[in-house]
Order: sequence, then C-alpha cells, then structure tokens
Amino acid sequence: MNPFPLRGLPLKGAARGRPPIITIKTMQITAEHLTYVYNPGSPFAVKALDDVSLTIEEGEFFGIIGHTGSGKSTFVKHLNGLIRLPSSQKHYKKPKAKKGQPAPVEPSLKVGEFDLADRKTDFRALRKKVGMVFQYPEAQLFAETVFDDVAFGLKNFEKDLKAEEIEAAVKAATEIVGLDYAAVKDVSPFDLSGGQRRRAAIAGVIVTKPEILVLDEPAAGLDPLGKKEIMELLHRLHRDWCRTIVIVSHDMDEIAENCTRAAVFSEGKLVCALPPKELFLKSEELLSLGLDIPLTAKLCAALAKRGVSVGCDFTVDGFVRAVLGAKGEKR
Amino acid sequence: MKDVSFGQYYPVSSFVHRVDPRLKILFLIAYIVAIFLANNFYALGACALVLVLTIAFSHVPVRKVFRAVRGILFLVVFTAAINVLFNASEEVYWAGPAVYWKWKIFSVTQAGIVFSAFLVIRLVLLVTFSSMLTYTTTPVALTDGLESLLTPLKWIRFPVHALALIMSLALRMIPILMDETERIRDAQKARGAAMDEGNLIKRVKAMIPVLIPLLLSAFRRADELGEAMESRCYMGGKKRTKYKKLRFTWRDLIAFLLIAALVTGVVLLRVYVGAFL
Repeated sequence: MNPFPLRGLPLKGAARGRPPIITIKTMQITAEHLTYVYNPGSPFAVKALDDVSLTIEEGEFFGIIGHTGSGKSTFVKHLNGLIRLPSSQKHYKKPKAKKGQPAPVEPSLKVGEFDLADRKTDFRALRKKVGMVFQYPEAQLFAETVFDDVAFGLKNFEKDLKAEEIEAAVKAATEIVGLDYAAVKDVSPFDLSGGQRRRAAIAGVIVTKPEILVLDEPAAGLDPLGKKEIMELLHRLHRDWCRTIVIVSHDMDEIAENCTRAAVFSEGKLVCALPPKELFLKSEELLSLGLDIPLTAKLCAALAKRGVSVGCDFTVDGFVRAVLGAKGEKR
Repeated sequence: MKDVSFGQYYPVSSFVHRVDPRLKILFLIAYIVAIFLANNFYALGACALVLVLTIAFSHVPVRKVFRAVRGILFLVVFTAAINVLFNASEEVYWAGPAVYWKWKIFSVTQAGIVFSAFLVIRLVLLVTFSSMLTYTTTPVALTDGLESLLTPLKWIRFPVHALALIMSLALRMIPILMDETERIRDAQKARGAAMDEGNLIKRVKAMIPVLIPLLLSAFRRADELGEAMESRCYMGGKKRTKYKKLRFTWRDLIAFLLIAALVTGVVLLRVYVGAFL
C-alpha cells in the first residue's frame, strides 16, 4: 500500500485533506543579542552595539533615540545588510565555548522572511524590501535629471521593467513626496532647493515600494516648516506606501508626536523600547543619559511642581486635552 | 575602498614615531635611493632588514603595514607578469634550461624570473617603507618637516608654506573623504547599486553614482574650509611662528646611523658584488 497516494500530484494542501498552510509574510524585525565592533583588534576598536535584542512589529512607526555614537546608526545599517552579521560573512568561524562556560550566544537578526545571519540570504532582495534614507540624503543625488535619479534604484532592483512602468512608478513616487512631477522630472537635481532635493532623494528610495522604510534623521538641518512637511510626508507614506517606518531622531518632540513606539540606545546598549506615553514618564532616566525630553513632558513636570498633575500621552493634542481636563476638575 | 590605508596615521608611541619628521623624510629619500642603487639580492636583503627593523620598532601591526601593499597588488602582479613574459635574455642563473617556454614574442626565461622577482621586491619595499612614514608621522609633523626641508627654496621665492599647507590639507582630507565615500556607497548600495559585481566596465560604471556626489561634496568642503580660514584671518607663511619646534635627539642619531650604514652597504655591495645574485 502506498501510504501517500496523492504524493507528487500538483495539489495544494487543502486537496490533500489537510488545512492549507498559510504563511503570513509579516515584515517583522527581530534582533537578538546583536553585537557589533568597529575595527576589531586595533586601537580604534569601538563596541558600537552590545547585545541588543529588539523586535519591531509590522505597521509600527518606530522611533530610535540616542546620542551620537550610541549605536543607533549601526543598528539601522544592519537592517538592510549594509553591515553584515559576522555569521553572514565569508571565513566566519563559530566562536568556541570556553570550558565550564555556556556556549556564547550568537547574534541573530531576522527581517520578515530574511535571515540576516545566513550568508546565503539574498541581500539585494532584502534591500528592495527595506528602504533606507540616510542622513542628508540629498548627498546621494548624482544623475542628470530628477527622473534618472529616482529611477536609479528601480532599475537596479528590477531589470526588466518597461519604460511605461518605470515612468509610472517614478511619477507616483515623486508625487507622493510632494514634488510636481511634470515640473521637476527633466530638471537637474542640483538645481532644486534644499527641501526639494531631500524630497527627490526620498523619492529615489521609496520608488521601489519598500515594505519597511528606515530614515536616519530625516528632518535634520531643515527649517521648522520643512521639518513639519517631512513629518507629514512620513505619515502619508506610512498610510499609503510603506507599512513600517523606522526613524532615527534627536528630536524628542518628533518622537512623542509621531511614533507608536521608541527605543532608546546608549553606549551600544538598548535601554528600553516603549510607547512614548510610557517612555517619557521616565524623564529623569532620559535626562541622566544626556538625552532631551519633549516639551510636553517638560510642561507636565513644571505643572506637577505647582501641584497640578496631568497624565497625558505627550503629544501636543493629548497635552492640551489633559490640561483642559485638569482645569475642568478644579472647577 | 576600506582597504586603502595609505596615508593614515597609526596612533601609538614608539621609537620610530618620535624620530624627527625632517629626518624621516630624508631617510625615505635615502631609502628609495638605496633601493634603486641596489642591484643584487644581498643589497635588497639589507634594505629589507632595515624595513623589518623599522616595522619592529614602530609598534605598527604587521598586518596593517602590508595592507598598503594590497593597494598596489594589481600593479605588482602586472609588472611581474610583463617582466617575466617579455624578457628574452638567455642568461643562466641556476642549473636548468635558460628558456622554459617560448611562444612568438613571449617567453619565460631564468633572467625574466630573476628580474621580475627583483622588481617585485623593490616595489613592495618601496611602498611599505613609504607607508611607514605616514603610519608613524602625523600629517602636521610631516608638513612641518617638509616645510623646514624646503626652506632653501624660499630664496627663489617659491611659496614653500603654501605648498606645505596644501599637502597637509590633502593628507587631512583623506580620511574624511574616505568616510564620505563609505557613506555615499552605502546610500547607493541601499538603492540596489551593485558595487562589487560584474566585469571591470560594469564596476567602473557603478562608481559614477559614488564619484559625482563625492566630487560635489569635496568642492563644497574646500569652499567651506577656505571661508573658515579667511574668517580667522589666515595670511599664509609670513611671520607665522611654530607651536612645536623641531629638535634633534639621540633617536635621530641612531636612525641616521642605521640609514647611513644601509646606503654605504648598498653602495659597497654594488661595487664589490655586482648585478644580481
């Protein structure tokens, strides 16, 4: 008797009398014991990441806070394989356990279905899914026209796209970042204004519709209006374009206002990862790490000193509501 | 790009680090002269010995030192290949046929092998010793030394100070530009640019998205630096004094004796032993 009568037939799981195997491909980021040393074994050796374990769920608007040199940029560069885990590099030797000690924990990092600890992972496919906007992204513009620059990434990732498809994607990307496609497509990116250049550079990253978009200090060096516009752009992208957004930022107001959750890095270690509502309750801890706190948290503290305690989620709206509520109680 | 370590200071304290930069520059010149005067393997061996001593007393890790050679690996291999293939001389250096293989104008001969081995050693010694200078001397010290050595040119109104400044700025900018290159490379790699794949032409093409932003930022930096210097009333060499005066010490004497011995030795070997072996 053949115990597997249907084996080999091109049937789906359901037809074999089993429930269909549904793999929900969520682009969750899971880092475990991530450690990274720059220039190992030289006088410049710096431990940039030290045993960081962190999970970022799909759909989050995730913030990463930390000092210069706290390891946040290093962490972020891991996410699309610009920095490789040791085990995904050539000539990797497994660290041996010393006698009487447990085997050393190996760092692991998974982004969706990509296992970044594995050398065989298709890093280019990963980079298509994880878009990365560096600090001052306008520095990466190089092509003769905005169109060519935005299309650069698209052409790299998908070799056999038709001209119309490329045009449609570039048009959509330039428009969602708030540029007038018809007006800028044939202009040199170097003739644009500062803010426009940054938008063009962001368009050049999101044109491939990455599922995760990572931005390092997206609003750095912009005027207040420019900052506001960039944050609005990010929300627009989060809603219609990329499911997960990770931003690295110094600006606590930005984090409090926009993020679903934020991680604090200090000296390569992860201090905590909490929603802003809970994170900024630990104001003193943040200040002791040399970090700032949002204006709303400062106001809450000042009010508390005067005997008015307002609990709020540290967004401007939430703060106003909480204050009005407290006022109402007093009446 | 990460492997280009030429011109990077290695910050430790050692005998070699503390030798007077003026002398170190002169020693480098003397060493280069010695390498080119050397016309047999004994003399080259002496040169190599001096290099080994220098490395040993510099506390620069050997691995780091040879990274400088990796940068010119292509040149070395190319030179060696050309010299082996095109040397048709039938001189015999050891037992065995003088010509191993011949095809049209190409041939592998004993003379070719000896000659190309000689050239390769010369090149490697040259590059390694030069990189020792930059590993053990800060750019500032290097420029000070150079300026002081070039002082005689001031009599013919040569702008020695400006030249020294240009040099030190160029050296200073190397690590900054390397960082910048790394950043832009990362940005383009994140956009799917294939930097380390494909044939030579593809690779050169892949450099364009890196080179253009890099050039732009270099120009911007130069502008900013110029403005910063002007705003601090930089006026060039006239009447500028030095923060650190250079003085000779016993270390300089020892180093001088070593190099002098090398040059003398090489000259003697050249006169009394002759070319090759």
